[in-house]
Amino acid sequence: MIEKALKGNRSYWIWIAYLIAVIANGLSAYDQQRWFGLTVTGMGRDISWGLYIAQFTFLVGVAASAVMVVLPYYLHHQKEFAKTVIIGEFMAVSATLMSMLFILADMGRPDRLLNIMLYPSPHSMVFWDLLVLSGYLLMNLVSSWAMLGAERKGVPPKAWVKPLIYLSIPWAFSVHTVTAFLYAGMPGRHLWLTAVLAPRFLASAFAAGTALLILVTLILKRTTGFDTGNEARTKLAVLATYAGLANFFFLGTEFFTAFYSNVPAHKESLQYLFFGLEGKCQFVPLMWFSLISGVASIIVLLVPALRKSTPWLVGACSALVLSIWIDKGVGLILGGFVPSPLQDIVQYTPTATEIFVTLGIWGIGILLLTLLLKVVVAVKMENEE
Amino acid sequence: MMNEQRREFIKKTALGVLVGLGAASGLVPAFSLEKTVLPVWDEKPVPGKIRWGMLIDTRKCKEGCQQCAAACHHAHNVPDFRNKKDEIKWLWQNPYQKVFPTASQQFVSKEIQDRSYLALCNHCAESPCTKACPTEATFKRWDGIVAMDYHRCIGCRFCMAACPYGSRSFNWQDPRTAIHDPVTTYPTREQGVVEKCNFCSDRLVKGQQPACTEACPEQALTFGDLNDPRSDIRRLLEANETMQRKPELGTKPSVFYII
Repeated sequence: MIEKALKGNRSYWIWIAYLIAVIANGLSAYDQQRWFGLTVTGMGRDISWGLYIAQFTFLVGVAASAVMVVLPYYLHHQKEFAKTVIIGEFMAVSATLMSMLFILADMGRPDRLLNIMLYPSPHSMVFWDLLVLSGYLLMNLVSSWAMLGAERKGVPPKAWVKPLIYLSIPWAFSVHTVTAFLYAGMPGRHLWLTAVLAPRFLASAFAAGTALLILVTLILKRTTGFDTGNEARTKLAVLATYAGLANFFFLGTEFFTAFYSNVPAHKESLQYLFFGLEGKCQFVPLMWFSLISGVASIIVLLVPALRKSTPWLVGACSALVLSIWIDKGVGLILGGFVPSPLQDIVQYTPTATEIFVTLGIWGIGILLLTLLLKVVVAVKMENEE
Repeated sequence: MMNEQRREFIKKTALGVLVGLGAASGLVPAFSLEKTVLPVWDEKPVPGKIRWGMLIDTRKCKEGCQQCAAACHHAHNVPDFRNKKDEIKWLWQNPYQKVFPTASQQFVSKEIQDRSYLALCNHCAESPCTKACPTEATFKRWDGIVAMDYHRCIGCRFCMAACPYGSRSFNWQDPRTAIHDPVTTYPTREQGVVEKCNFCSDRLVKGQQPACTEACPEQALTFGDLNDPRSDIRRLLEANETMQRKPELGTKPSVFYII
């Protein structure tokens, strides 16, 4: 079936070549990082995680959000998602791969990666995260590939495929819950030390991931003529809207608890992110941009006439994805380190090397998604003829 | 005749005693004639039997004196990059509000505010860093020391995020270029792994005090077994009002301060 990804028009190959160039650039930047160490990034003693871990967190959310099509389609037989569901699953595959690559890129000694499996430590959340992520990757890849293969041959899928898909539904929730637990169990990092972190992770994931899925289906429609249907997109838009509302509601509860209780440790990180602390306000404009664009996109999506109009839908979905990317990436990860355990307020700016590695990993994920979706479109179009 | 018998009897008795002693020394270590006395091996490690701790009398700490930190960093080949981003530190000084941010900051006397306070790994009894480590590269020893295995560390920096005291440093680049006066008694580290104060476990096995404790000209640092009620550190803890850093987090630090 993979041979279908090898036949394409000129613009398809230009796109592939472009992605390969981005990946090559990323690899060369990564080579620098391997040679000189993580000192080539903007990270340091006080802000010891940065862009990589932020991307990881965001992408695990995108991966988990596949459940927003898988669940209604397989458990509630919502037929309008028939063409969208495999796109969601393949998006989950690419996003999971990227999130794992970001972990690898962030490691000081990636050559010792297998130590996590050689010395399994159930008390460490990283151990569980690696288990659920690799399981989720395999599960989605195998089940959706088998479904597509059966569809191509016009036969019902093998008996083991459906149970695997059903298993992937709770697994998706576990993936993002465990990711939240990576942060939420650490004493002394008060922005993360909150029980609402896992629910908020799920809400923001379902909002941003679903919005991203809508955008991907629109790109597919434009570039290949393969249309998953407006009805599916409108339904997804409604799901994204309510997930987004839940996310901002949770953020609101964080604000209430922090500022009403007035406990310094609880409010300092939020204060730093949204208002600045001791005159230092590196992320204040970005966080307000995130908040305003997120709320505005939800207002647009709440209006039925607007979410049915493609330009408004594209605008609102892009704004929602960007908003949550800033909130979950920049805000959540970097804000957790400020102030530092010794009350220092340290700035963080990613370096060019770090940005190139990041783009390279995105390139790998998008290349994989392109190839997988090329196969999907080829199979579906053939069957329609 | 009598002499001969007596000689035989003495001979046999002596032999019997020797055999008995030999057997006893083999079976019962306390009777052994030869002993290998190394502090690490002289008894079987009983988890939790010893809990090493430190008491810092900040009243004795002289302004401008850096001898403890210098001795520590020298003894352990801690690199000095002279920039804050790549900085590696095991033992360092900080003002009151940074070391005790959750202690009362109101109406603190100028004298207390002007003093500097040592920060180092707390070797917590409930250590969040060892819990976060996915490879047991950082682990709790039987004597309470939170140790590092530099050869197992994957450099994920979860321990750094988990430590509420900022006690851990990461080798953002090759540390060997920044060790200005290397010693051969402690290994250097590689790029890409985490390190921190080891409570001088390398010196304790030799029966020595930690480098900082030994170097302090004012004897401001007391090192000892927190589980031994007769130790100096326990006597001082009972006689003085002391503080731990961020005790509300439940990490149970093994480093105490007299303010």
